[in-house]
Amino acid sequence: MGQAIDRPHPTPRDYVLIAVILFAITAAEVGVTYVDALDSARAPLLLTMSAAKFVIVVGWYMHLRFDRPVYRNLFLIGLILTPILFGAVLLSFGLLIGN
Amino acid sequence: MAVSMDHTEHAGHPDMSNVRKVAMWAFLGSECLFFGTLISTFLLYHNTTGDGPTAKEIFSVPFTSVSSFVLLMSSLTMVLAHHAAGRKDWRRMRVWLLATAGLGLVFLSGQAYEFTSFVHEGLTVTTSPFGSAFFVLTGFHGGHVAIGVIMLLATTLMSFTGRLRDGEGMNVELVGLYWHFVDIVWIVIFTVVYLLQV
Repeated sequence: MGQAIDRPHPTPRDYVLIAVILFAITAAEVGVTYVDALDSARAPLLLTMSAAKFVIVVGWYMHLRFDRPVYRNLFLIGLILTPILFGAVLLSFGLLIGN
Repeated sequence: MAVSMDHTEHAGHPDMSNVRKVAMWAFLGSECLFFGTLISTFLLYHNTTGDGPTAKEIFSVPFTSVSSFVLLMSSLTMVLAHHAAGRKDWRRMRVWLLATAGLGLVFLSGQAYEFTSFVHEGLTVTTSPFGSAFFVLTGFHGGHVAIGVIMLLATTLMSFTGRLRDGEGMNVELVGLYWHFVDIVWIVIFTVVYLLQV
């Protein structure tokens, strides 16, 4: 199954620091929606910040950074299949509309 | 994908905690597909509002931001509960588990309030494809949060009967994985369904 990755595990202090970072990113996300000057860059900025929060929670709170690779691989299968499924749905709808 | 046994496991006696953890990660991987489908459907229909209200007209970003903050903080209390369980500090673990369940209930209350106000403003599950996609997606997520709260309370009760001791602390880890997953799904919903639509 593979061994756990040998990295020092986070302490409660690290977890609180991560929560502060998550809070700051969320505040930045909300801020971006109110700044008109960022209208054109809003979508990529929001998606990037959302992805950062996703990775932080999965990596540190769910311990995927420190756990056995098999867990990460199982989760990645789902994550990789999701956009493929989304593409298939969009393509199907496009074909239906085209007909 | 073959699941080989750990070096600490003996033939015929696999480490059940590892097996359950593999099963949980496989389940979470499949849940990615489940929510991915619902989010895809929402993105396909988000502009199909018919005569009903649009996202811009009814969504309240400040209110949903507070809900998101509550759910993020519940992830912190959950990971602290897991940490306490690892140290066999059962009293502190119960405090953090109950705090997590409480924050989950606050989130659910906020969602109930939001749904009620949307219905009053004319958006129901049958108003438009946008309404259907929105309520089904966020409703299923709320259902997952509710199941998580029940799991947290059940784990807290189990800790009083001593069933979490002697290596069965994995239960807290599995509940934690499920709870954090519910949180990451909300991270995506908050951005894609709320922030990108207003």
